[in-house]
Amino acid sequence: MILVSWVLIILMIALAILSIELKNLIAAVVAVGAVSLVISLLFLLIQAPDVAMAEASIGAALTMAIYIIGVRKTERSEKDG
Amino acid sequence: MIYYVGSFLLIALGLYAVIIKKNLIKILIGLDLIASGVNLLIISIGYVKGGTAPIFSRAGLKASMMVDPIPQALTLTAIVIDASEMALAVAFVVLLYKHYGTLDIKKIRSLKW
Amino acid sequence: MVRKVVYSIFLAIIVLALAMFFAAYPFGKNKMTVGEYYLNHGVAQTGAANIVTSVVLDYRGFDTLGEVSVLFAAAAGVAILFFLAGGTKREQEDLTKPNFVVRVGSRIIFPFILLFGSYIFIHGHLTPGGGFQGGSIIASGFLLLYLSYPGTRTNRDGLSIIEGLAGLTFVVLGLIGLFLPQYSFLYNFLPKGILNTIVSAGILPIIYIAIGFKVASEFAGIVDDMMCQVICRGGGK
Repeated sequence: MILVSWVLIILMIALAILSIELKNLIAAVVAVGAVSLVISLLFLLIQAPDVAMAEASIGAALTMAIYIIGVRKTERSEKDG
Repeated sequence: MIYYVGSFLLIALGLYAVIIKKNLIKILIGLDLIASGVNLLIISIGYVKGGTAPIFSRAGLKASMMVDPIPQALTLTAIVIDASEMALAVAFVVLLYKHYGTLDIKKIRSLKW
Repeated sequence: MVRKVVYSIFLAIIVLALAMFFAAYPFGKNKMTVGEYYLNHGVAQTGAANIVTSVVLDYRGFDTLGEVSVLFAAAAGVAILFFLAGGTKREQEDLTKPNFVVRVGSRIIFPFILLFGSYIFIHGHLTPGGGFQGGSIIASGFLLLYLSYPGTRTNRDGLSIIEGLAGLTFVVLGLIGLFLPQYSFLYNFLPKGILNTIVSAGILPIIYIAIGFKVASEFAGIVDDMMCQVICRGGGK
C-alpha cells in the first residue's frame, strides 16, 4: 500500500517537471492532464471517492480540452525562454 | 507523510512556472499545478489511519472508523471554481493574442518586470 | 535577476511551512472536532447516507449557492470574450471529417453517457457522486460530439432555458423555508424517509438534480463557445 503511494507520487512529480520544461505546448498540456489523472488516483487511495470522481471528470477531461482549444487558437510552440 | 512533501513540491514547481517563465500558456500551467497541489494538501490533512469513506452504505458501519468529511466538501467546491477560473484565463489569453500577435510577456509590456 | 531573488524567498517560506506542517499536523492521527459531530448526528438530522452530500447541501448549503453563481459568472464572461474574439482564419481550412468508426461509434455511445451522468446525480445522497460530477460527465458527452462532427452547433436557446429554470428551482426551494415557522433560508422541510432509499433526505435530491442540469448546460455552453470555428454568431473579424 505504501509502495503504491510512493510510486504514484514520484510519477506525479516527474510529470509536473516535464510539463514545465517541454517546448511543444500541446505536449506540455497533455502532461498537465496526466498530473490531474494521477492526483485522482491518489484521492482514491486516501479514501475520498467523491473528490476523486470530481477531479477525474472536471480536471482531467474538461480542463485539458479547454487548454488544447486555447493552444490551437494561438501558437503551438514556445519560441525561447 | 510523503503526501505532504509531494503536495508542497507541486506548489513550489507551480510557483516556479508562474514567476520565472515568459510564455503565457506556461504561466497558466503553473496556476493549474498550484491549485492541484493545494487540493491534495487539504484532503491529506483529514486522513485517519485505518479509516474508510464517510458513507453509511451498510448496516454495520460506525461513525468512529470513518475519515473526516469536511475537507472533502470544501475541496469539491474548490475544484469546480478552479475549472471555471482556468476557462476564463484561457479566454483572456486568446483575446490578448488576437490583439498583440505574440504570447511573450516581455513584448506585451503591461507588467513592469 | 530580481525574479530569481523573489523566487528563492518564496522557496524558503515553503520549506518553513513544510517543517511547521510536520510538527503541527501528524499524518494519520484523528484530529476531527466539528467532523465528529457531523458524523454522529448527520443521518438523524438530514436523512442522507452520504455524509459529504449532507455537509455540502444541508449544513453548508449557502456556500453551494455562492459556488453556483461563480460558475454562472465565469460562463457569462467566457461567452462575452469569445464573442469579441471571433474565429481565426487558420481553422476555416482544416474541417476534415474523422474516421467512419469514430462518427458512428460516438452517436451510439452518446445516449449511454447521458444515462450514466443522470444516474450519478440522481443517486447523489446514497453513493459517491452528486450534481457536479454528473453534470461534468454529461458535458464530456457533448465534447465527444463536437470532436466527431466538427462544425456542429447546439441549440443555445434550449440550453439557456434549462440553465435558468434549474437555478430558479434552487433559489425558490430556499425561499420557501422563509415562510415556515422555523424561518431560515434553505430549511429542509420535506420528510426524511427511510435510510438508503431514493426518496429520502427531504429536499436534497431535488437540489442535486437542479445543480446537475445547471452545471451540465454551463460547461456545454463554455465548450461550444470555444469551438466556434466557421459560423460564429457575429462579432470579430
